[in-house]
Formats: sequence, C-alpha cells, structure tokens
Amino acid sequence: MDRTLVAWVEDKPGVLNRVASLFRRRAFNIESLTVGHTEQPGVSRMTIVVDGERTDTEKVVQNLYKLVNVIRVKDVTEHPSVMRDLALIKVRASNGKRSEVMQIVDTFRARVVDLGLETLTIEVTGTEDKIDGLCEILQPFGVEEMVRTGRVAMVRGKNGKDVREGDR
Amino acid sequence: MRRTGAEVVWEMLSREDVEVVFGIPGGAIMHTYHPRQEYGVHHVLMRHEQAAAHAADGYARISGKVGVAMATSGPGATNLVTGIATAMIDSVPMVCITGQVPTPLIGSDAFQETDITGVTLPITKHNYLVTDVAELADVIHEAFYVARTGRPGPVLIDLPKDVQQAETDFVPPTDGITLPGYRPREEGDPELVQRAAEMVNKAERPVILAGHGVLMAGAMDVLRRFVEKIQTPVSLTLLGKGGFPESHPLALGMMGMHGEAYANRAIQEADLLLAFGMRFDDRVTGTLETYAPSARKVHIDLDPAELNKIVPVDVAIEGDLCHVLSQMLPLVDSRKRTSWLKQIEGWRGETAVRDVLRRPENGRLLAPQVIHSIYEQTGGGAVLVTDVGQHQMWAAQYYPLDAPCSLVTSGGLGTMGFGLPAAIGAQVARPEREVWAIVGDGGFQMTLHELATAVQEQLPIRIAVCNNGCLGMVRQWQEFFYEERYESTQLLNPDFVKLAEAYGVPGWRVTSPDQLEGAVAEARAQTGPVLIEFRVAQDGEEGNVYPMVPSGAALHEMIRRPVEAGTTA
Repeated sequence: MDRTLVAWVEDKPGVLNRVASLFRRRAFNIESLTVGHTEQPGVSRMTIVVDGERTDTEKVVQNLYKLVNVIRVKDVTEHPSVMRDLALIKVRASNGKRSEVMQIVDTFRARVVDLGLETLTIEVTGTEDKIDGLCEILQPFGVEEMVRTGRVAMVRGKNGKDVREGDR
Repeated sequence: MRRTGAEVVWEMLSREDVEVVFGIPGGAIMHTYHPRQEYGVHHVLMRHEQAAAHAADGYARISGKVGVAMATSGPGATNLVTGIATAMIDSVPMVCITGQVPTPLIGSDAFQETDITGVTLPITKHNYLVTDVAELADVIHEAFYVARTGRPGPVLIDLPKDVQQAETDFVPPTDGITLPGYRPREEGDPELVQRAAEMVNKAERPVILAGHGVLMAGAMDVLRRFVEKIQTPVSLTLLGKGGFPESHPLALGMMGMHGEAYANRAIQEADLLLAFGMRFDDRVTGTLETYAPSARKVHIDLDPAELNKIVPVDVAIEGDLCHVLSQMLPLVDSRKRTSWLKQIEGWRGETAVRDVLRRPENGRLLAPQVIHSIYEQTGGGAVLVTDVGQHQMWAAQYYPLDAPCSLVTSGGLGTMGFGLPAAIGAQVARPEREVWAIVGDGGFQMTLHELATAVQEQLPIRIAVCNNGCLGMVRQWQEFFYEERYESTQLLNPDFVKLAEAYGVPGWRVTSPDQLEGAVAEARAQTGPVLIEFRVAQDGEEGNVYPMVPSGAALHEMIRRPVEAGTTA
C-alpha cells in the first residue's frame, strides 16, 4: 500500500534536489512527489507518495529530518484527509464522437478546457482511482497526450493543527 | 563597515575562532586568499586538496573544533571530495570553502567550473552556493553552527569569484540562527530511559558497545560512572577508542571484524546490548541473522535515522549521550555481575596465547612489534594517526588508549592516503603532543607528497611506514578467500629512506626486531618530521591480521591465529 507524506520545507534553491537526492541515495521508492507554495511565505510544501511495501516510511521521515532545510514531516496516511490528483487529458474526438466523450466528462465531473477540430482537452481532479477510471474509459477514443500532477494531500478539519506539529 | 566578500570570509573565520586553514589557492579563490594575513589566520599550504580536507579532518578530530579547508573551483573542489566523504561518514565537523566561477558564468561550462554543490550534495551535511555577498556572513555563521552541532559533519560553501570581489556593509551575524527545521534533540524521552534502565537492572549478561558518539558527546566521564555502577563490560568500536579507558578492568577492547575474540564472543552471548553512539556498521556486527541472538537491545544515538536502521532494537532513544546517560544513571541498580565477568575473563585468557607478540622471537620484524614498541616508549600517550589497512587494525589492537583525542583514523570510509595529511592536521592542532603517523606502504604512496607540507611547516610528525611490499589487507583476503591468487597486490616500492631525504626529512630503515627500540627512540628525539621504514613480514600467520570475522560470517565465527609451541600466556 502506498503512503502519503507531507513535508514542509524552506523555500530555498536546491531543496527539491536535496529531497530527490536523498530518495535516490537511500534507495527509497517514490510514486510521486509534488511541491508548491503554502500559506506561509518562505515555506514550500511537498506531498510525497511512497510505496509502503518496499520503503520503510519511518526511515523516510527520519532521513528527511536530516536535511537542514526540512521543517516538518508528517505521515498523513492514517489521518482522514483530502487527497487529490489533477490530470489534463487530450483525447481524440471528431464530430461524431464528441458528444459521447462530453457525456463521459460529465459523468466523471470533469471539465472540457479546450476544444480543437480533432481533439478535446479534459481537466479532471480527484483521487488517483477516479482519474485512472476516466483514462481507461477514454482510451478507446485515443488519448493523444496526458499529464498528471501527482497527489497533493491535506488533513481534514481540526486535525490540521496536529499535523503541523510533524512526526517526531 | 564596507568589506569585500573576501574580507568577510576572514572576518567571519576569525569570529568563528578559526586559527588555521588548510588549502591550496587557485584562480577562483585567490581573491579570497589575498587579504588573509590582515586577519591573523594561519594557512597551511598543502600539496593536494584531498590532503587539505584530510588535514582539516585530523585537526577537527584532535582539537574538537571545526576544521577548515579551502580550495579553488573545478579540480581544486573535486579533489576535496574524498576528504569530505571521509569526514561525512565519520561525523567530523568541517567547513570547506571553494572558489567558483563568477555568477554570470555559472552553468556555461567556464574554465575550471564544476557544480561542486551538486557533486557534494550526498556527502555533506549541508552546502551553500552564495550568490549575494550580503548573505555571506550569515551563511558562514550558519555553516559553522550546522557543522558542529547535532551529529557533526562537513559543510561546503561555494563562493563565486564576483561574490568574493563584491563589497557589502558588513554586519556581524547575531546568534539567532533561523533554521526552523533543525533541532538536535538533547534529552532522551524519560519513559524510554526508564524502560532501558529496567532492562539494565534485569540483565545478567550485559555488554556495552561504545562508539564514536561517546567521544563526540564528551560522555567519557558519565559513561565510566555508569559502567562502574552497573559493572558491565565495555567493548569499543574502532572510532570509539579513547571513549573508555582500555586499561580499565571492565574494558573488553575493540569489537568486530578484527576485534578481540573474547569481546565478540561476549557480544554473541550477551542477554543485553547497550549501544551508545555507534551505528552497527557491518564491520562490527558480522552477519545480522546471527548477531547477538539472545540479547535484548538498547540503542542511544543523536541521529534518529540510525535507530533501527541496521539492527532492530527493543528500546531506541534519540538524544545526546551525555544527557541520556546522566538521566539513566540514577535509575540503574548498582550490582555485581561476578559470574558473567568471570566467564569473559576465561575467554580473554584463551585469546592471549594466540597473540603474535607472545611467540618466540624468530628474527622477523612484525608490524605489531612496531606498534607495541611505539606504545611502550610513548607510554600510550601519543596521538596516533593511521592510514587504512592491516597496520590500522594492528594499531587499534596494540595501542590501547586511556584518553580521548588520541586516535585519528578513517573508520567508515576506510580512506587510504588519509594518514599523513590527517597527522599534519593533528600536529597543527596540538603542537605540544607527540604525533605518530602509522602508515602502510600502499596508502602512504597515495599522499606522500605531504612530506613537503610537513617540512614547510616544520611539524615533528613521526612517520612509521610499515612496509610489507604489498597492499596487505587485500593480499590477506586473497590468501584467505581468493585461492591465494595475489592479483595486483605486490608493490614495487621506491626507496622510502632516500625519498624522505629528498624531501629534507631524515629517514632510516629497520629490518629486524633488535633495531626496533633504538629506531623508535631516535625518532622520538627529533624536532622535525622524521620517517622510519619498517620492513615487516608480508605473509603467513605473522603477516596477517587475526582474529578475523570473514565477510558474511557470524561475529563469533572468527579465523584465529593458531597457537604456536613455546608461546607464553
């Protein structure tokens, strides 16, 4: 089972490189890693998904703390959380197929964000399962291009405050 | 006060109490070198940047301060790499300052440009590329703080040439370091300390494994009080030597691949292992499947990433050893463990008869004799700096230590070529102490150019080259495990005595045991650097290091030196 870690890091040059280098050096398996700004200036937030079968999450947390620029790390897997992935999917849809694709888009509560003569570009947000499901259904139409952000996570409600404490 | 980046470097080094820098100037760092003399920081001009890093390392291990190495960009910086990696794995506080091409040229493959912060990312505790001279003072202050606190380690500061030249309003950094995520923990969790103490009180056959962390934390005194209270034998790692007096009745000597057989046996038979500031390196555990099978385990270390990394333990305590042992001391019962200690004494006696020094004299000169003679004549009070290989293990076995800051050796990385430059650093740190560099003929030739540095600085280092004409440890493995095929291990060596003379170092050769005592005495009488070449046995039971735990074997499955007739216990 995969596990989701959230790491708050100082927004300094090279921090992403340090984290990536650590995972490589210690032979930890990353499923996905996303990074972006937070509500706090100077602090970036990473969501790291690791393969819990092959990688000991506790070791990942301890080693992340060895990086001087890492502020807090939290394994949020066991906390009730909102976890989202975003995908942009460009699917082949000429006139004949377009409405069919649109219907699927509606069913998945996705959105069409660009319309070309031969293609539709769909934006979808949700859990990985949901996006996998949409991709599978769109496959027969011909997926020209696809990009996913990787998981971002946030613990629900009050728990957020505990999470800010970090694991340690 | 307007200062150039170069001036800020020396101003800050002075403020960080740096007395000496080891390095070599070059195009991208010479601007920083230029104002040095105005700040009264001594510079030791090395002959290779690798040696500069080792010298800073040796200086740090002996002085307890942060060692500083300086080099130019490109090849100067990459030459530091082996020395940085050596310091990293042995947790030695060090700051390396490298020149870099001017910021507008970074990334353009300019002359002597190397991405040294990228190169050293996995082998530094932290590193910096300074692009704004206004940040330089704070970066240097922070670098020293990071290098010496928590689990110490090397920190590198890469300084582009234009930043060295640029002017800034120098503001001395205040003490407040803003590293929100960097919080080395000192106190151990009281609940865990209590549980560990209860395990100590219940144990019948406990053994303490003391590592480098004891020395780094300055926990020698509290460890001794702890040990004497619970009457538990102490075995040391190679880097732990000096953390507990080896003349103490409860001292077991070194553990591991070439550790004392009775120490390894005690570990295997123990019902409780107390691991203090050590990290269960594969060289001390033997195969993990059979490691101390009936022992419960307590591990105390400053670095939480070391806890449960190699050996799963029953109680893992993150904290500074001084603090945690002080916390635990009042919770443990004072008690005798007579039968356990008696059992170990029996094993110790059985070991003694295998000691090569107790064999009848046969005219062959042996490296253990050399080390023993140095030990006898210095009364165990010298600073011993070793290279890596057989002589290193013999130095650990035959030079027992009672005091900290007495042994400098590359443990984790096993860096050949470390000995001479590290001895330079050690001698610079403690000019009043007698420093012996024990090196092999293989490793010595990796950095022997530093003889010139020793002469230029007039450092009275006593260099003992244990010359067995081969890469001895590799040869030993070939003899034991590779069908005695001595592939690429026989060395055609230069005349080391003439070589020393060419550098202006008095040197002489010792070929038999009867010359040994006089030669060591004469070396001790010198006031400058001196080299003695000892022609020692290469092969057989006298040329190999015993005991030996073969790679992949259990800790108690040692290859032992046979007992020879006429040997005295």
